[in-house]
Amino acid sequence: MNFIDNPGKLRGFEKNLKVEKISRRSILKGLGITGGFVLAAPVMTRQAFAYETGAGEMPHGVVVDPRVFVAVAPDGIVTILAHRSEMGTGVRTSLPLIVAEEMEADWSKVKVEQAHGDEVKYGNQDTDGSRSTRHYLIPMRQIGASARTMLEQAAAKRWNVPATEVKAVNHEIVHSASGRKLGFGELAADAAKESVPAIEGLKLKDPKDFRYLGKGQVSIVDLHDITTGKARYGADVRLPGMKYAVIARPPVTGGKLSSFDPDAALKVPGVEKVMKVQGWPWPSKFQPLGGVAVIARNTGAAIKGRDALKLVWDDGANGKYDSVAYRKELEEAARKPGLVVRQEGDADSALKAADKVVIGEYYLPHLAHVSMEPPVAVADVKGDKAEIWAPVQSPGGTREDVAKTLGIPEGNVTVNVTLLGGGFGRKSKCDFALEAALLSKELGVPVKVQWTREDDLHHDFLHTVSVERIEAGLDKDGKVIAWRHRSVAPTIASTFAAGANHAAPFELGMGLVDMPFEIANVSCENPEAAAFTRIGWFRSVSNIPRAFAVQSMVGEIANATGRDQKETLLALIGTPRIVKPNVKDLWNYGEPYGSYPIDTARLRKVVELVAEKGEWGRTVPKGHGLGIAVHRSFVSYIATIVEVAVDEKGKLTVPRVDTAIDCGTYVNPERIASQIEGAAIMGLSLAKYGEVSFKDGKVEQKNFDDFQVVRIDEAPLVTNVYIVPPAPDTPPSGVGEPGVPPFAPALMNAIFAATGKRIRALPIGKQLEA
Amino acid sequence: MIKVKINGQEQSWDGDPDLPLLWFLRDEAGLTGTKFGCGQALCGACTVIVDKEAVRSCITSINDVAGREVTTIEGLHPDGDHPVQKAWRQVNVPQCGFCQAGQIMQAAALLMENPKPSHDQIREAMSGNICRCGCYQRIENAIHLASMGV
Repeated sequence: MNFIDNPGKLRGFEKNLKVEKISRRSILKGLGITGGFVLAAPVMTRQAFAYETGAGEMPHGVVVDPRVFVAVAPDGIVTILAHRSEMGTGVRTSLPLIVAEEMEADWSKVKVEQAHGDEVKYGNQDTDGSRSTRHYLIPMRQIGASARTMLEQAAAKRWNVPATEVKAVNHEIVHSASGRKLGFGELAADAAKESVPAIEGLKLKDPKDFRYLGKGQVSIVDLHDITTGKARYGADVRLPGMKYAVIARPPVTGGKLSSFDPDAALKVPGVEKVMKVQGWPWPSKFQPLGGVAVIARNTGAAIKGRDALKLVWDDGANGKYDSVAYRKELEEAARKPGLVVRQEGDADSALKAADKVVIGEYYLPHLAHVSMEPPVAVADVKGDKAEIWAPVQSPGGTREDVAKTLGIPEGNVTVNVTLLGGGFGRKSKCDFALEAALLSKELGVPVKVQWTREDDLHHDFLHTVSVERIEAGLDKDGKVIAWRHRSVAPTIASTFAAGANHAAPFELGMGLVDMPFEIANVSCENPEAAAFTRIGWFRSVSNIPRAFAVQSMVGEIANATGRDQKETLLALIGTPRIVKPNVKDLWNYGEPYGSYPIDTARLRKVVELVAEKGEWGRTVPKGHGLGIAVHRSFVSYIATIVEVAVDEKGKLTVPRVDTAIDCGTYVNPERIASQIEGAAIMGLSLAKYGEVSFKDGKVEQKNFDDFQVVRIDEAPLVTNVYIVPPAPDTPPSGVGEPGVPPFAPALMNAIFAATGKRIRALPIGKQLEA
Repeated sequence: MIKVKINGQEQSWDGDPDLPLLWFLRDEAGLTGTKFGCGQALCGACTVIVDKEAVRSCITSINDVAGREVTTIEGLHPDGDHPVQKAWRQVNVPQCGFCQAGQIMQAAALLMENPKPSHDQIREAMSGNICRCGCYQRIENAIHLASMGV
């Protein structure tokens, strides 16, 4: 007995869906071509709320229906579906918690189940762009309120009293006039017969009555399983008769297999088969790169077998990619005018007339995601049906791509979403699941494809490489009157369209054209850059290089004018106002600008808050320095102060980090703190070590010895997190990604304060030792 | 035939003696709590306890542990209530959780050897275990908490 009695009835809207025949949803929304999608019915209402989001513009939009998301069993256990992927942000707990809150369910009697990839049924499932809470706070509240109303209606009928006289209180429906009570379980069967109330008429809880939302008292649902080894990630799926595969892929992106000799591999104990894997031509989107698979009875044998393969590759056109030479090309491009993507006033003339021009040219190399769980997937393909188990951020996209790759109907593909051992954007691309599907189809048995760490580094969809050049013109009073920012980097669009060599709108909108400073003469330019490897989304994407450049430049201006960093920053932000950049079709993280404008009052507020709580200006020991940076991304506002200590040998430590975040209305402050703590570690990793380099078209790094990340002995001693309390009806905004961008520039400003050295190229590496 | 005791149970293997213990545990014995992160003893995700010592199962062959006693995360405590596991939950350490079994096994081995480790000793002992989500401060706090017997 449950509410999910007839979901088929809801599918009438399917005929109205006009999903365009374009290969990728993510690039669609990224490039701003959103016309092909309509809201899933029943639509969410907007009347009752002070804000709108872009949720309805995502592929398959939003579904608000308690019968899809909630089940109440006769024993009172409430099952709530989590339809977004859990990669460490806590979303698998937070979204169901919203439903439980609004439903008046007792969290200890709630079970969370992971939804399959099925966007017709659940609405959009792309867990990326720091969107889950932003897009689903209201829909999840509506789902919970619907379920509560159905239970209330059922109780009122049972007691023959008006529905207005009964109320849900902590897993029971109560009729206070008569003192009668019925548990959710006792009402489950009757409630399932109730009609789903119209969204417009739903009464939502008053936030002052919240028991869970905003409190931070609920731990993640997988906590016990994680600490006991029972949590199931993609790598942990085992099926009867399953074979284990590793694949040798072309070492150069776009390369092809010339020939191979399987004999030695086949002699390795446990190896059962060696076979070719289909590859797709460059640019290959999310399709597999091809190569040779070794199939074995366990992963260890498959890896040993692969080591024994003799392989000859044709490297193709990207075999010349060389990071040292490419950096020079990017620098040259940044020193010449490029495509103007934002223009206000006359930056050229103002720079010529300026009393002083401060110039900063910043270099940020490719980065790899290296989630602790390397890509892995299990597929079981039988005839025209496929079942996938995989740690994917895009369950719906994976389903589409598996169907397309195998040439079977999408309805015949089941995608089971496991926990993700980290994602950071890598697992938005389902190439590893497609590899498993192709191998299982050919072998007729379930197959697990396991990527090694070397595979992960060599065949990632890397964070771009960029040169950011900023020229700031100052008048005789030190006021910035001109700003020219040239951003040169291969675009993510190049992974989808051959020859794409300018930033896509979504990349421009991440810290370049949305620059919030109050400056009269502004020119943002985007010179061309070609791509020679697969470029993809990495946690916070283009915001990393842009925030690094812009916020380092603030430090440079402070130094040039002899002023305090924080005061310089506030002067640049200027008066409290809504910024209106002169940009055609400004990309605003997919959100309507009316609900999510660039609000400099909020930007100032996080700077002032972090300065106050983080004791900006405090006296620090010799060799220490403080640096500050602020950045708006994923429509949240974040400011960070880093205290650094640099010893005589140039060894760097971070005694303290303070971060203030304004993410609007929030659900779980405890998980927000954990995201910000983690973002500081990721920011420190990319600042100290982050670099993937190419020679002869091949990635030079192999594993965690030459692609290092920060370890516990380098972690900041303290990371304090301050969350701005939201004004009523402030729309929720991103949390997963925005913590990363301000960290590295705050660190660079701190290093300058400590040592007088300005680092403009990452990683820091040995630069402080010189 | 190689015999090894895993979480108190006798197991045997007559395949490749060089097979890394990690893959024996995960693929042959079905103990998937121990994770693969790098294959080169660089990240610590595969940490198990052999006799009383933390080892990286990705570079330890099944032959190396013949006749010895291996404890994995599944066998650390019958109810998952080892002081380290309890402290981990109290501090809400994990984000994605993938590296945590290795972290917990390393921490349990540390406390066996040194019941009251200092800040520096914790950081040194745990520096072989990478957490890409960046839960490090909470890991250290949880180990302090576990060492206090909470």
